[in-house]
Amino acid sequence: MSKSNFSRRGVLKTGAIAGAGLALPTYLSAASHTGYTNAPTGSTVKFGFNVPQTGPYAEEGLDELRAQELAVEHINGMGDGGLLNTFSEKNLQGDGILGKKVEFVTGDTQTKSDVARASAQSMIQKDGCVMINGGSSSGVAIAVQGLCQDAGVIFMAGLTHSNDTTGKDKKANGFRHFFNGYMSGAALGPVLEKEYGNERQAYHLTADYTWGWTQQESIAASTEALGWTTTQNVLTPVGAGDFSSYIAPILNSGADTLILNHYGGDMVNSLTQAIQFGLKDKQVNGKDFTIIVPLYSELMAAGAGSNIQGVFGSMNWNWQLQDAGTKAFTKSFGEKYGFPPSGAAHTCYVQTLLYADAVTRAGTFNPCGVAEALEDFDFDGMGNGPTSYRGSDHQCFKDVLVMKGADNPTNAFDTLEIVEVTPRAQVEYPVDHPMFAGGDLGACNPGA
Amino acid sequence: MDAFILQILNGLDKGSAYALIALGLTLIFGTLGVVNFAHGALFLIGAFCAVTVQKILGISFETIDPTQTDFLGNPLKVATPYVEKWLGTDMGMAIQDWSVPLAIIVVIPVMFFLGWVMERGLIKHFYSRPHADQILVTFGLAIVIGEIIKAFYGANPIQTPAPSTFIGTVDVGAWLGMDPGSVAYPTWRLVYFAFSAVIIAGVFAFLQFTTFGMVVRAGMADRETVGLLGIDIDKRFTFMFGLAAAVAGMAGVMYTPILSPHYNLGMDFLVLSFVVVVVGGMGSLPGAVLAGFMLGILQSFASMNEVKALIPGIDQIIIYIVAIVILLTRPRGLMGRKGVMEE
Repeated sequence: MSKSNFSRRGVLKTGAIAGAGLALPTYLSAASHTGYTNAPTGSTVKFGFNVPQTGPYAEEGLDELRAQELAVEHINGMGDGGLLNTFSEKNLQGDGILGKKVEFVTGDTQTKSDVARASAQSMIQKDGCVMINGGSSSGVAIAVQGLCQDAGVIFMAGLTHSNDTTGKDKKANGFRHFFNGYMSGAALGPVLEKEYGNERQAYHLTADYTWGWTQQESIAASTEALGWTTTQNVLTPVGAGDFSSYIAPILNSGADTLILNHYGGDMVNSLTQAIQFGLKDKQVNGKDFTIIVPLYSELMAAGAGSNIQGVFGSMNWNWQLQDAGTKAFTKSFGEKYGFPPSGAAHTCYVQTLLYADAVTRAGTFNPCGVAEALEDFDFDGMGNGPTSYRGSDHQCFKDVLVMKGADNPTNAFDTLEIVEVTPRAQVEYPVDHPMFAGGDLGACNPGA
Repeated sequence: MDAFILQILNGLDKGSAYALIALGLTLIFGTLGVVNFAHGALFLIGAFCAVTVQKILGISFETIDPTQTDFLGNPLKVATPYVEKWLGTDMGMAIQDWSVPLAIIVVIPVMFFLGWVMERGLIKHFYSRPHADQILVTFGLAIVIGEIIKAFYGANPIQTPAPSTFIGTVDVGAWLGMDPGSVAYPTWRLVYFAFSAVIIAGVFAFLQFTTFGMVVRAGMADRETVGLLGIDIDKRFTFMFGLAAAVAGMAGVMYTPILSPHYNLGMDFLVLSFVVVVVGGMGSLPGAVLAGFMLGILQSFASMNEVKALIPGIDQIIIYIVAIVILLTRPRGLMGRKGVMEE
């Protein structure tokens, strides 16, 4: 007599798993019942803050998280209101969004694309988030942006500086407030020309991923337009730690300028080691050797200590600006945490408020309504001067800061000084610029 | 030629760190038979001993300077370290400047004690367990130590500079009769190399020329027989664990001016050091040192632009390629002993 291998429990288990698997795409589309993914039904709405809390960009991520929490407080009517007091739009009244209080969940991207995607997926599927904000590192931001596009939620990018985020990898559901590699090059070029002239031999050390590649391309194009020569571009692994074997060949390469396309902990290490090798004290081609760090952050500056003195770079925003928005945000953040906010914190805070405001103006959390409200949206009072979200690529356009390591910092927070506020017109570019070519913004996906 | 010498120096420098960590790993494996994946964490703790000493020497009292304001517009709080108040500004600043070498004095007893606690409190319970269990528990311990350090010190690298006397470069080219300035190498990296050579020589001398060392070597060769002679070999092996921890700690302290310490530093070195141990031969102390320097130099040369132009990405994989080749041709490693990890 044959014995059946089926058991009641086995059939039930298999049936439940198969059912859940079949239901998942329907859940993700969610159109069948609400019209868009994760439409909030109760008295609250949930945001997902997906930032690196470990890994080479962890310090930036933790500062982003502080700012995101502060933004939620302000949206919900707690604290001093921060930038809501200076924002040109007055739709947010401190009573949540469309009558719903904001809650949030957090995730650790570990600065790894696969981990970041898994974390964002969990936020969308398990926690029911309507918006994901964060993503230090462009590789992570691009990966999560793609996921949000497919899932039908809005992605408000945080610290991502690669041209590709709003270039070949742009998505209709993704929006970037932060500036990009092209803008850094356009802002830095004239200052570098004034400071170092037209005849320089530049050696690039470049982080080997999308951000490093596009920043290097942008800075090389900008400096070559001045008459500089790019002698060598060496790709270095992210998180290499000891960069000495990449720095040693520079000593006798004939280059008189080192451009470090590194960020976070990598930049701290490579800059420190470059100075240990005596590059800053060197004379080549009759010129003082110089080092440039195109993308700066206050947290990197603090990590690099006195090594950044006199080193030029660029930033999206800095707490030392004197406009009302910057003062309001710095006061709000500084009183809560005891130190000034970083540029990464600022961009994530602003993105959270911009999303909330767009929902209010659209009158819906439907991502397509929100996207429409953000496209070609002009605003002011957020610390960057008059700003526009360009509809054709979802890139924000605003002034860019050229910074320099302060020669005589008076405290731990003013290690960088603002050299120039580069006007927005100087860093603008057409949407079909070759550095941003390829890709397709596509259509907004509400999850249908 | 300049580039060649620079990469040799670089390789010796990297190799020093690998050799010091691998030496400790091999010492523990050779004596206790434990595969200690937490050894990188001991290097990490050593590095953060230097950070801690720097922070302790920087403990300050605050005075209000009404003539200046902070970033919020409040009167500025000016911090003055207590050492400067107690010992005078010049002496206080000099002591803070020498915080890394001073940390060596602190790190030896601290690491010895931590090593002893680690061995008696955790590792000894895994002596008779399979190597896989030992790897899992020590790897877990390494993660816990890293996270504790992150909770206290944050995730960003912390600048721990060398004394100002050692900042700058040494004209190695001039020493070698080449054009002045043709081969300039950072002073502290040369100090690190010399320091490593002294520590490695010291450990070998201790094992070779002392009675204690002789007993330990005998125990490494045949633990049971030494035990039958009435010698408490376990106690000596616990001491060796402490010694290995102290060596890793000192390596970590001295490395801080080269690479600003961060919570994941131990993991960065751990994998490479294990490859070094395997290439050198499990349980072989000279093998660990030889392989450390050899792989350091190979890695340096693989990073040269000329080499990378021929084989892109070779700098990332050279160590593993060498490990594969060595293990295929000499399965016991360069200087491995028969019977180690072969049961």
